[in-house]
Amino acid sequence: MLRYLVRRLLLTVPVLLGVATLVFALIHLVPGDPAQAMLGEGATVEEVQRLRGQLGLDEPLLVQYRSFLGGILRGDLGTSFRYGTPVTGEISARLPNTALLAVAAMLAAIVLAIPLGILAAVFRGTAIDHAAMTFALIGISMPNFWLGPLLAILFAVQLGWLPVSGTGTPAHLVLPAITLGAALAAILARMTRASVLEELRELYVLAARARGLSGRRAVLRHAFRNSLIPIVTIIGLQFGAVLTGTIITETIFAWPGIGRLLIQAINFRDYPLIQGCILFISVTYVAMNLLTDLTYGYLDPRIRYE
Amino acid sequence: MLRVGFFIVGLTLVAAIIGPHLAAHDASSQELARRLEAPSLAHPFGLDELGRDILARILAGARISLLVGLAVVSVSSTVGMLLGSIAGYFGGRIDDVISRVIDVLMAFPGILLAIALVAVLGPSLTNVVIALSVIGWVGYARLVRGQALRTREFEFVQAARALGAGAPRIILHHVLPTAFPSVVVQATLGMAGAIIAEASLGFLGLGVQPPTPSWGTMLDAGRSHLFTAPHLTIFPGLAIALLVLGFNFLGDGLRDRVDPKMAQ
Repeated sequence: MLRYLVRRLLLTVPVLLGVATLVFALIHLVPGDPAQAMLGEGATVEEVQRLRGQLGLDEPLLVQYRSFLGGILRGDLGTSFRYGTPVTGEISARLPNTALLAVAAMLAAIVLAIPLGILAAVFRGTAIDHAAMTFALIGISMPNFWLGPLLAILFAVQLGWLPVSGTGTPAHLVLPAITLGAALAAILARMTRASVLEELRELYVLAARARGLSGRRAVLRHAFRNSLIPIVTIIGLQFGAVLTGTIITETIFAWPGIGRLLIQAINFRDYPLIQGCILFISVTYVAMNLLTDLTYGYLDPRIRYE
Repeated sequence: MLRVGFFIVGLTLVAAIIGPHLAAHDASSQELARRLEAPSLAHPFGLDELGRDILARILAGARISLLVGLAVVSVSSTVGMLLGSIAGYFGGRIDDVISRVIDVLMAFPGILLAIALVAVLGPSLTNVVIALSVIGWVGYARLVRGQALRTREFEFVQAARALGAGAPRIILHHVLPTAFPSVVVQATLGMAGAIIAEASLGFLGLGVQPPTPSWGTMLDAGRSHLFTAPHLTIFPGLAIALLVLGFNFLGDGLRDRVDPKMAQ
């Protein structure tokens, strides 16, 4: 396991370096002068020069790159143009909100989808199965930027049960978490159904039934347990979709997280903050994928020896 | 599934081509006095925040969605097939370089890199296509690389090599045709992905800019009128969801045909 761990960690280093390089390149892709773009047409030559100096844009490219990488290693992602504060501070101030939303969405998806998937598999071909899979199909096809406003229209505007935006109470979390978790729930329900169906065909389930175990016990104790590995993998792999989903969900519900911060930074052409958010989200994603791989390697020894 | 997919996609295609000519109203003509008016017989989907006919704008927006989808899928699949087959067929250093670039691009979740690229390049139709193609080719390259790795070991490829066929000829005549059915499936599902991505960018204010009608920007505009005019949100979203469902059905149906094992 240790060899697998070290090898997997070493493979991540060039990927992270590539990600950092691409994020560094972003500001240099701005058509024209990035400092001019940030300050707008009305800025004087002196103001533009001063900002170029602050951003380090008048240094040679290689020096800029070295100081960018050095900054990342020290946890310094520069200063936000809009707020005048360190980018890392802005990100870490909003991290708890994004983490709360992402975890709530994933939990909601898991709690809803796994029982639904198991029911669909056990009652295969019946109305329950069809209803569950239609629900899953709708969940997959509905983009979150449509589902969110629709939920807001129904539960906030028509019924008045839930707040439409902001934070503060658990009620504020409900609509954003459902919006963000719906697609994951749909994928997870389909995956659980397929995975449990496959296990139900195995002889050991039949043997368990023959030993006198009830149908429910055979499913939950045996079939479901063995179908967990692909389900756990899907949850890990879908984390990226949840992470990018926060950008849209936070924008819809004015949820003060990193996704909304990124969109605000884009609107203000706050390039250091844009770079910081993109870097943070991607590195989190790489770390989650690594964790999924390691967990998978731990659960299934065949992976380690490949 | 395949038929339903064909029907939805076909219908949207026809609506996109002839719809704007048949529509009773122009997509950009405004009636400010009647802004946000609810659906009626004259305007089945109602009027938007500038008093424009939403049905006419949805029909015109279908063109943008399909155009972006087609452009992104064409560019991505061509680049992906080329680089994937080169990586898989030649292996070694070339494969290492291409695979590392793929790894780095895959390290950005979903459309995050596209958001970043449009944010710096500026929002426009062309930049949306560029940004989505930059992330789009990776899926095709991985797929074709895998197929090329297998195909190059086949006897008919070795025979072609023994007969003196060069690498470009083998890639073009043997490697790519073997991978083509899977690429078609991926491209169909890729249309759904590109349409959703374009609409997401539009919704975030990073897509096609007004007054050009795009389903994503229409949804974005509807957000400010959720309380008073929900029809601004309901109909463009319905159009996106239906078309995405259509392409997903089509892709799944084609995959079942190409790989009957998947159908079971």
